[in-house]
Amino acid sequence: MTGGRVTFREGLRYRGGLNMYAWALHRLTGLGVLAFLAVHIIETFFLTLGPDAYNAAISIYKSPFFKVAEIALTFAVLYHAVNGIRVTIQDFWPALWRYERAFIWASAAIFVLAFVPLAILSILPLLRGEY
Amino acid sequence: MKVRFDIKRYNPEVDEHPHFEKYDVELEETDRVLDGLNEIRWRIDGTFALRRSCEHGICGSDAMRINGTNRLACKTLIKDVGEDVRVEPLIGFPVVKDLVVDQERFFAHYRSVLPFLINDEPPPARERLQSPKERARFDDTTKCILCGACTTACPSAWADEKFVGPAAIVQAHRFIFDSRDRGSAERLARLSGRNGAWGCRTIFNCTRACPRGIEVTKAIAEVKRSLIMGSSEERSS
Repeated sequence: MTGGRVTFREGLRYRGGLNMYAWALHRLTGLGVLAFLAVHIIETFFLTLGPDAYNAAISIYKSPFFKVAEIALTFAVLYHAVNGIRVTIQDFWPALWRYERAFIWASAAIFVLAFVPLAILSILPLLRGEY
Repeated sequence: MKVRFDIKRYNPEVDEHPHFEKYDVELEETDRVLDGLNEIRWRIDGTFALRRSCEHGICGSDAMRINGTNRLACKTLIKDVGEDVRVEPLIGFPVVKDLVVDQERFFAHYRSVLPFLINDEPPPARERLQSPKERARFDDTTKCILCGACTTACPSAWADEKFVGPAAIVQAHRFIFDSRDRGSAERLARLSGRNGAWGCRTIFNCTRACPRGIEVTKAIAEVKRSLIMGSSEERSS
């Protein structure tokens, strides 16, 4: 017998529905937010070394790379929040099961409406060459 | 019409790794995938192993991955999958040979939710009566045939062997919401951890894979709700 462990690749090859991809993105954005938290804690740590050290640390953020990372963070937080609320609603009200697809599309619409304006606001300074 | 089967083969006594083999079979579009697999086993390659018993969607023996999704070979028509059919064993279980998987862990999880009527009250002279409404409360989950299509479609079950999986929760649901049963507290206690109902991430792959059309994710959500509310009114509503 070969073992029953499912590799990451094999799992991705399974043809689930939209919900499976929504869940995969949920996990991915969760990890993204966690990564931000780690960076944020390190940056805040510089406060203990005095104002100059802290200012030097946060000046790294003023770069095109971190501007893009900021948009990615906005994406991750918004997606994780909206999708998380969708899953919570579906868990609490099982009777809504039949509207499963409508829920996916509604949460996608809310996400886009929230994300696009914020992303544009974030990217404008970059386009104006302020970085 | 000629149907090309691409089958994942693995014989642990001979092969180091699984591999795919192609077979061309002449079939009608109203034939089932299982007819093609039988044809291969009976007339083309007798070494090909698969499991099937009733061949009519009741015994649950022939769940497998067909074109990437878990289905019963005996309930899947050729016209629904096309002329190229990729067949693989269920994922998450050890492969015994070709499409035959070891379901021991699946049944251990099934037994762990006490899938039988628990009632110590003295039995009445005739049967334990139940109203049609009470019976309807758990009707959907009585349809489970333990084929394993849902559990092996579930990413949570892929990631964690200790998670009981959707099928076991469906079986628990069938008794938790049965007005004649008195073992709900014990079952809910067993399902209250992350290896129980909370291992479910509401991904809906199970519902999509169920060949009996059971609303699996909904049943799990009802068990989750019972775990939070904990009241018998919740269960009988």
